[in-house]
Amino acid sequence: MPTVWRRPPLITNPRLRWAVYLGSLTYLVLAFASVDVNWMRVYEGLDRGLRFVKGFLVPDFVSRWGDIAQGMQESLTMTVTSTVVGILISVPIGIGAARNIAPLPIYLVCRGIIALSRSFQEIIIAILFVAMFGFGPFAGFLTLSFATIGFLAKLLAEDIEDIDEAQAEAVRATGAGWWQVVNYGIQPQVMPRLIGLSLYRLDINFRESSVIGIVGAGGIGATLNTAMDRYEYDSAAAILIIIIVIVMIAEYGSSIIRGRIQ
Amino acid sequence: MLRLDNLTKTYRTGDRALSGVSFTVEPGQVVGLIGPSGAGKSTLIRCINRLVEPSSGQVFLGETELTRLGRGALRRSRRRIGMIFQEYALVERLTVMENVLSGRLGYVSFWRSFFRKYPTDAVSKAYGLLDRVGLTDHVDKRADALSGGQRQRVGIARALAQDPDLLLVDEPTASLDPKTSRQIMRLIVEICDEHGLPAIINIHDVALAQQFVRRIIGLKAGEVVYDGPPDQLDAEVLTRIYGEEDWSATIRAVDEDEALDEPTTSDEEYLSPESVLDRERMAGLS
Repeated sequence: MPTVWRRPPLITNPRLRWAVYLGSLTYLVLAFASVDVNWMRVYEGLDRGLRFVKGFLVPDFVSRWGDIAQGMQESLTMTVTSTVVGILISVPIGIGAARNIAPLPIYLVCRGIIALSRSFQEIIIAILFVAMFGFGPFAGFLTLSFATIGFLAKLLAEDIEDIDEAQAEAVRATGAGWWQVVNYGIQPQVMPRLIGLSLYRLDINFRESSVIGIVGAGGIGATLNTAMDRYEYDSAAAILIIIIVIVMIAEYGSSIIRGRIQ
Repeated sequence: MLRLDNLTKTYRTGDRALSGVSFTVEPGQVVGLIGPSGAGKSTLIRCINRLVEPSSGQVFLGETELTRLGRGALRRSRRRIGMIFQEYALVERLTVMENVLSGRLGYVSFWRSFFRKYPTDAVSKAYGLLDRVGLTDHVDKRADALSGGQRQRVGIARALAQDPDLLLVDEPTASLDPKTSRQIMRLIVEICDEHGLPAIINIHDVALAQQFVRRIIGLKAGEVVYDGPPDQLDAEVLTRIYGEEDWSATIRAVDEDEALDEPTTSDEEYLSPESVLDRERMAGLS
């Protein structure tokens, strides 16, 4: 009887295995070597970075409070409205994109919409919408709604594809119609996760709203951008602190709600 | 009542699950369908209500040829066929009452079912059924809060809420302990007797099948290899259904089981529902 046992390797062919190992290692070494670091520039930059950080140590909420409040209000409005609209649109698309319940043509159309929405980064869509509808929160609202559809519909569709088929089959066996099967056999199974994902998306949309503001889509991002452009690091610091606090509140709140709905 | 004629199912993968199955189930008759795993038991009962689409052959329920129906007519016919599942297949996050009422889905409009506004007679019927299966105290509990035996009782109530003309029962006791299994089988058989309801029960446990049903169909590799009364299931027949094995223990176990279960040595195989109910009450079960 043999006394030694080894786990079978992932790649059985030893030559191929070692070729893959060596190839990966060579690539990594070359890739690191190609990163060009200008150490002088880093040294000079440290000083500027320090000035930046110093500005942040004394946040100034007061002198630009009017702008901050307005930007915040725009951002929050944008976040909530785009999340609600995004959810309303993404639920039917998500149902249509679940292979186990949707007929093939509908499935393909819905998957197409999802792929389109997911293939563009928020910033790029924001630039497009700003060009189409002008500066301001409306472009931001459209951007975030569009991005929400790709995110929620995809995850909802995948969740529907993962359901326990037996429960849906049992409802179908009673003579229930298609919508009744969705309402009784599928919705109860995916609802907790859908609520969790929606809250998570609310989080993301708020953070994104402060990023897309930089390209002109309104909100607190625009205010932040203006403050940075004017080298008012103290005001910028105040804005960042407010963003961090709101994100933390949203995070905490959504974790409580998600814990309750299981 | 129910007639299968040359029913055949070949899956897309090329697996032939059923080949030319024909038999008739009379009104009020409870049939136990036994056979090894993969013999096509689940496929067979799913071909009846067309959760699985048969490849060829016909299924008649009364005068209706189920295998010809279009989508709408199939839905209306499915209302007449109650189904009880392995592992219960309750909608876990819905309440017991919602699960039972879901048996009425084929009879109400989408919006009524969406807002849970069922007709009053459906609601009182559901209460009555929950009372019948002994779950009156659990109406508003979520289905996943119940024990296995209780869940299967909800499954039975859901199937009966349909006012079915036929029950299809798929491994009702697969995940239950021996005692609960017997209670559930007894309940199903009793209810079928009360309503004169024909049923097909897929079952793994030969002893359990022998104890509760009066006709057994043995399926092997998609073909009927035995169709007869349970007391003629001997080693030879079991070998024909399942293959070569030492069956003496299985058969003896059946005898012991019956001796244990029916101390009164009556000649009648079948136990009247009242006497069963009395015994369950004595045991504090119902």
